[in-house]
Amino acid sequence: MPQTNEIADVIIDMIGALPQAKRGVTPETNIVRDLGLDSLAVMNFVMTLEDRFDVSIPMDRLVGIETVADLAATLSNLMGAERA
Amino acid sequence: MTILDKFKPLQAAYETVRAAGKDPFSVRFDEVLSPSEAVMNGRRTILLGTNNYLGLTFDRAAIEAAADAVRRAGTGTTGSRIANGTYGGHADLERRLADFYGCSSAMVFSTGYQANLGILSTVAGRGDHILIDADSHASIYDGCRLGQAEVIRFRHNDPDDLARRLRRLKDTPGNRLIVVEGIYSMLGDTAPLAEIAEVKREWGAHLLVDEAHSLGVLGDHGRGLVEEAGIEDDVDFIVGTFSKSLGAVGGFCVSNLPDFDILRIACRPYMFTASLPPAVIASVIRSLGRVEEEPGLRRKLQDNASRLYHTLKDAGFQLGPRTSPIVSIRMPSITVAITFWNALLDAGVYLNLALPPATPDNASLLRSSVSAAHSPAQLDAAAEAIIRIGRSLDVIPETRCLEMAVR
Repeated sequence: MPQTNEIADVIIDMIGALPQAKRGVTPETNIVRDLGLDSLAVMNFVMTLEDRFDVSIPMDRLVGIETVADLAATLSNLMGAERA
Repeated sequence: MTILDKFKPLQAAYETVRAAGKDPFSVRFDEVLSPSEAVMNGRRTILLGTNNYLGLTFDRAAIEAAADAVRRAGTGTTGSRIANGTYGGHADLERRLADFYGCSSAMVFSTGYQANLGILSTVAGRGDHILIDADSHASIYDGCRLGQAEVIRFRHNDPDDLARRLRRLKDTPGNRLIVVEGIYSMLGDTAPLAEIAEVKREWGAHLLVDEAHSLGVLGDHGRGLVEEAGIEDDVDFIVGTFSKSLGAVGGFCVSNLPDFDILRIACRPYMFTASLPPAVIASVIRSLGRVEEEPGLRRKLQDNASRLYHTLKDAGFQLGPRTSPIVSIRMPSITVAITFWNALLDAGVYLNLALPPATPDNASLLRSSVSAAHSPAQLDAAAEAIIRIGRSLDVIPETRCLEMAVR
């Protein structure tokens, strides 16, 4: 199972491929505020993450997520729970 | 600082739209003359954006039935069904809807929005999963948020993507509810229901179809996409509205599940809101009767939809994927969409301006909804105005010859 920081690296790479891509994304980057993604763009990005990691991220889990690191931690938890 | 400061970015976006001319979010009809015409800003305007698919808002018998009901039973019910009682009309309409769909049960809600809010938040509970099409209507998203189930989006109209997401849940306990729409309101495209029903069977899920835009529009008997696709035995819940083809307001859900009526004392958006007034119930019963009795209305609607769709497509506009009463024209940008919409209103044609994030793929759309009540002359006049403005704004080529030359 990948570590949280490895997941964060993959997320940062994937953000780089978005049409709204910005340089200098770090684990501390705020997904909505710093990247200027609207709610729909965030949900669509989450779908690509689900496919990349083969895991489901229910919509209610997105509520507390602000940074790339938060998103990586949520994914790590979900994947851990799945394999436990 | 006030509690409303959080809306400053929205306020700024709104100002930008309004600065271009009229306010698309508070359009005012001085007078509504018929299902297809109104007076706006002092001029007669063709209504091409009111979801009045069968043109039944001025149906004489529906008006008489409503007027009779208001005299007999009063202007309102002043409360909810569970607290203040059910009127004969509510029970009659529920029986009529169940019969129309060949289902054992029907529940009437005060709006279509509340029907989705109520059914989705109640039938799927803690530990269950709802799988919704990514392009679902706001009422579906909101119904999901109100409930306790976990919600997963799948890619629009993609049964394989749905199956992939169900497979990921295979070791997770709980029920699954798949939610799709008959006709999607922004582009007028339909769900691949036969394939989705197959996925539903394979994974033992439940299926809900929202026929808000397809009741009375699709199917030999007007029973929507479920009828057209021939999957009536696979559907567990059909949700719909009275506010489009039936020309009134209200919503419903029909089902064959044996204990469906327990929802009447479990579903909060049904329990804690006033029931529909007698006049509305009476006109809906009459309009549902016309849907059953007059397949010609649907044929007229399809002819009209096809007329507008093909005229605009031939002129070079980018439209939705299939002929549908919803004809949406893709605009190259938000700015052009707003300018185009204003010019059309000045030319006496009203349709809907649909902007991101309310639209799929961040598209800016001019969305029209065709009615059986439109005359060919009205549709041609509207198309002529759309083509003329489309050319002047460079959305389509100046002439067909030029387009051929470019090819």
